[in-house]
Amino acid sequence: MIFARGLVKRFGDFTAVNGIDVEVAPGEAFGFLGPNGAGKSSTMRMISCVSAPTSGELRILGMDPVRDGTRIRARLGVCPQLDNLDPDLTVRENLTTYARYFGLSRVEGRRRADELLDFVQLSDRAGSMVEPLSGGMKRRLTIARSMINEPDIVLLDEPTTGLDPQARHLLWERLFRLKQRGTTLVLTTHYMDEAEQLCDRLVVMDGGKIVAEGSPRSLIETYSTAEVVELRFPDGLDLNADYAAKMSGIGERVDPLPDRVLLYADDGDAALTEVHQRGLTPSSVLIRRSTLEDVFLHLTGRTLVD
Amino acid sequence: MTAGTVRPSIAVLERQLTLYRRLWRASVFSSFVLPVLFVISIGIGVGGYVGSVKGVDYLSWIVPGVVASTAFQMALGESTYPVLGDFKWSRAFHAMRATPVQPNHILTGHLLYLLFRVTTAVLAFLLVVLFFGALRSPWAVTVPLVCALLTVATAAPVSAFAASIDSDSHFTLLFRFVMIPASLFSGVFFPIEQLPGLIRPVAYVSPLWHAVELCRSATLGTAPPWPVAAHVGCLLVWAVAGTLLAARRFRRRLED
Repeated sequence: MIFARGLVKRFGDFTAVNGIDVEVAPGEAFGFLGPNGAGKSSTMRMISCVSAPTSGELRILGMDPVRDGTRIRARLGVCPQLDNLDPDLTVRENLTTYARYFGLSRVEGRRRADELLDFVQLSDRAGSMVEPLSGGMKRRLTIARSMINEPDIVLLDEPTTGLDPQARHLLWERLFRLKQRGTTLVLTTHYMDEAEQLCDRLVVMDGGKIVAEGSPRSLIETYSTAEVVELRFPDGLDLNADYAAKMSGIGERVDPLPDRVLLYADDGDAALTEVHQRGLTPSSVLIRRSTLEDVFLHLTGRTLVD
Repeated sequence: MTAGTVRPSIAVLERQLTLYRRLWRASVFSSFVLPVLFVISIGIGVGGYVGSVKGVDYLSWIVPGVVASTAFQMALGESTYPVLGDFKWSRAFHAMRATPVQPNHILTGHLLYLLFRVTTAVLAFLLVVLFFGALRSPWAVTVPLVCALLTVATAAPVSAFAASIDSDSHFTLLFRFVMIPASLFSGVFFPIEQLPGLIRPVAYVSPLWHAVELCRSATLGTAPPWPVAAHVGCLLVWAVAGTLLAARRFRRRLED
C-alpha cells in the first residue's frame, strides 16, 4: 500500500525527514511514534500527497504521489492533526459537502453520511452545528468524514491528542472496527497506550530518522526487559544517582530519575531481593511489566523537545 | 475548462452556496437594500441640487456607478476575511486539498460563487432602478456582464493577496489604500475630469473606473470615454493576471 525508500523532506536548511524506509501492507495498522518534531507529520503530509518529497522514492497504492496525486487522494482518507471541519455547516452537511469533493452523487453522499454518522455515534447530532460539539465529537466527525470515499488507506495524524479518556476509548474502539473491516490504517501518535492498542507494527522516529521498527511486543523484547522495578527513596531527590550507582550490576540497566530509580530486569522480584541484600531500603516499590513507553524513552531520550 | 476541472469546482461552489443559504438574509441589506438607499438619497437628494451631469439627470447618471461599485465592494469584501479564514482559521481549504479537489478548483469555485452573488444582486438592483426610469438604453442588459468581469478583475487579485498574508490586519491597509480611494476616484459620483490631473491616473488603473464607464455607457446609451475594447481590455488584464497570481498563491499556501 505504501512504499518508501530513502525518503527525505527538507524545508530550507531544516531536514524534517532524513531518509526513512517504510513499507505498509494491506489491512495493516501501522504507527509512526516519536516526540514532537521527529518528522511524523511531515511524513504523513508526503503520504497524503500534499507535500512533495525532497528526495527518495515514494509509492502510494503503487502510484507516484507527485504525478498521480489526485488519483491517490481519491482513495485516501485523511484525518489531520488539527480539525478542519466547516464550523458554519451542520454535522451532516460537513459529510455531504465533502462527499461532493470526491465526485459522489448527492444521493450517495447522503446515504454514506447517514451510515457514517451512525458508525461514529453522532446520528442524534446530525442537524446541529459543528461549533458546540465536544472535542471528542469533532474528532469522530473528522474520522467519519475521512471515510466518506470508502478509502483504501486512512491516515490519522495524532487522532486522540487532547481528548478525555472516555472519548479516546470510544475512538479506539471505532478505529479497531475499521481495522477489522480490512481498512489499512496509518497513524502517528506520541501516546504509547494508543500505539499498543491499535498498531500491528510501528516505527519509532527521532530527529527525522527511524530508530526502531517492529510490533509493540517485539520492540519491548528488543529494547527493554520484561519487567521494570520502580524504587522511591525518602531522601531520593539528591541521592537517586548514588542509589543507582549502588545498584549497578543488578538487572540489565539502571535509570535514575529525579523522583525515582528505574531498574530494568527480566525478573523483578529477584532484582528487588538483590537490592535489599545490598542494604538499600526504598520507601516504596512497584514491579511492573515493561511498556512501549520504556522503549520510547530509552530510544528517544528524556530531554524535552518542543 | 475540461470536464475534470468543472466537477470539483462545482463541488466547491456547492459548499459556498450551502454556507450562503444560512447567511443570505444578512447579506441582503449590504448587497441590495444599501445600494438602493444610496440611489434614493444621493440620486434624488443630492441630485436635486446638482440637477444634471453632462445633460443627464443625476439619478440616472449615478445608477451605473453605484451598481458597479456595489459589485466591486462585494467582490473585494468576500475575498478578504472569508478567503483568509478558510486558509487559516477553519482550514476548510486544507480539508479540500486532501481530496481530489486541487487549489485551482478551490479558486474557481470561489470565483463562481462570487459571480453568483454579484449577478443576483445586480439583477435585483437593475429591476428596482428600472422603475425609477434610470435605464435609458436596451444596452443596459450588458451591465451584468460588465459586473461579472469586474468581479473577477477584483476578486482574483484580492484573493491572491488574502492567500499571501498571515494576519488579517493587512486588510485594513487594503480597505484604506485601495477600496476607499478606488470607490471615491473612479467616477461613481462625479466625472473623473473633475479630479486634479495628478490623481486621475488612480482612476485609469482602477478596474472599477473601467467598469463604471462601461456600465454608464450601457444604461445611458452613450459612448464611453475610451474605446469599449480598451475598457474591456483593462478589466481583462486585471482578471487574467489576478487569476494567474491567485492560482499560484493558492497552490503555494496549500503545499508544504
